[in-house]
Amino acid sequence: MIEIKNLCKTFELDGKKVEALKNVNITIESGDIYGIIGMSGAGKSTLVRCINMLERPTEGSVVIDGTDIGALSEKELRSVRRNVTMIFQGFNLLMQRTCLKNICFPLELSGVKKEDAKKRAAELLDIVGLPDKANAYPAQLSGGQQQRIAIARALTTNPKVLLCDEATSALDPKTTHSILNLLKEINQKTGITIVVITHQMSVVEEICSKVAILDNGTVVEEGEVANIFANPRSEAAKKLVLPEGENIIVPDNPDETPVRIVFNGAAAASKPLISQMAIDIGVAANILSASTKTIGGKVYGVMNLGVAGGSEKVKAAADYINSVPDVIAEEVKADV
Amino acid sequence: MFDKLLSPEVLKETWEILRTDFLFATWETLYVTVLATLFAIVIGLPLGVLLVAGEKNGVMPLPGGVMHVLGLIINLLRSVPFLILMIMVFPLTRLIVGTTVGTTASIVPLVIAAFPFVARLAESSLREVNPNIIEMAQSMGASPLQIIIKVMIPESVPSLISNATIAITTILGYSAMSGIIGGGGLGKIAINYGYYRYKYLVMLAAVVLLILLVQVFQSVGTRASAKSDKRLK
Repeated sequence: MIEIKNLCKTFELDGKKVEALKNVNITIESGDIYGIIGMSGAGKSTLVRCINMLERPTEGSVVIDGTDIGALSEKELRSVRRNVTMIFQGFNLLMQRTCLKNICFPLELSGVKKEDAKKRAAELLDIVGLPDKANAYPAQLSGGQQQRIAIARALTTNPKVLLCDEATSALDPKTTHSILNLLKEINQKTGITIVVITHQMSVVEEICSKVAILDNGTVVEEGEVANIFANPRSEAAKKLVLPEGENIIVPDNPDETPVRIVFNGAAAASKPLISQMAIDIGVAANILSASTKTIGGKVYGVMNLGVAGGSEKVKAAADYINSVPDVIAEEVKADV
Repeated sequence: MFDKLLSPEVLKETWEILRTDFLFATWETLYVTVLATLFAIVIGLPLGVLLVAGEKNGVMPLPGGVMHVLGLIINLLRSVPFLILMIMVFPLTRLIVGTTVGTTASIVPLVIAAFPFVARLAESSLREVNPNIIEMAQSMGASPLQIIIKVMIPESVPSLISNATIAITTILGYSAMSGIIGGGGLGKIAINYGYYRYKYLVMLAAVVLLILLVQVFQSVGTRASAKSDKRLK
């Protein structure tokens, strides 16, 4: 378990104090995949570097499995870092070493015998699906493959925690998906705790069970991914969940009233809700925008409708939709 | 002065000198250059490492005063003209080699002149290492020494080789100057025959040989650097 308590980090830049983190409190359970999301400059990278003390916090503490790692000496910290490893946006492979030797690197640091290290590295190449790349150099690999090697390298020491700092931000969507799948698989197989730092909500949706939203150095929202995705309360969360700015969607047709539907974990849309509504109560709705995601067989997201035919029809539509479990409809007021 | 440069007598005489002296002179030049370069690297590379690792944000921060003195010594030694440095280090040369004259004795001032230069070259090579890779090593629990030995130096090998090539060609040039203090080699031949005895063709031949040596060092170095670089596919 990782407990981040009252964490503050202040940098001095040209004599000016910059507060990168302000009183951050996060608890990450063992075996979780925990997302920390925020726009660039929110303090995510600083926060993750405080978890392994690459950055020493100005105030507060980080407790991993009962040990306050801020209180450890550099030497003790080095052994903690074999248990809390990290992957990066830029992969950070040693370019002059083969993939196999890159994977051996952490074992080499802890003085494991070469033969044993190589054996372990070969196992990991298998796990990340690149058994034929042992003697290839990183420059010969694609970005996704390089990240796989980096993951293998981060796992050689059998760590308890894996920190992912924007690990998929340099990859295309398809490769991102495959890397996330790999992380999920490893999490399920080994029970490793994974902390995912990202600016992409899609990454959090795909693998995280819990998320903290970081804005301007503070945690503005924290909890189950599903809840936050369905009902973002803070400005920062709204921006991340609904990046297109759903607030400004208004029907082109002045006769239509905008209605916002929130899917808050409704059973996967086996029924065509909007079409069914037209048949059942005779209200035809115009879909203005929709952004829904299926997470674990449940639907989350927001849909904006334009309902024509005056307030009675709008109320009927809202009632109809509200009768479906875990779906909420509300008329969007003009000032929104 | 060049009017009788290619007369038959001159050609014959030059050939005679080439035959008798040049092989040994070339050997002496190589011996001095290679040994001086090796010693300069042995001293200069660790200093280059210190210059980078010892910085405030380096992997092994050293007290500011130490870094300051280190930079000062390197700059001081690099400012002294080689001709004068050769004479200034006579006491040290005598202490190490036992004499201040001769081929082996000329290695000492060469090393003294070259190691600060090598330190600066090594510094610039090591600075090219991606700081994110160093951060990665720290995040994996590498000690400062491990970062230097397992990350910084191996990752900058291609650049170190090409800078070593610059060092050896520069030292080759300096070694020719040591003919003045009785150091052997092609420089001595060029000075003794060409300057003191007006045998310009001999001097020219010595210079051509020096050029050839530089060419050989440079192309071997360039190739070795490229070959060692695994970033190139």
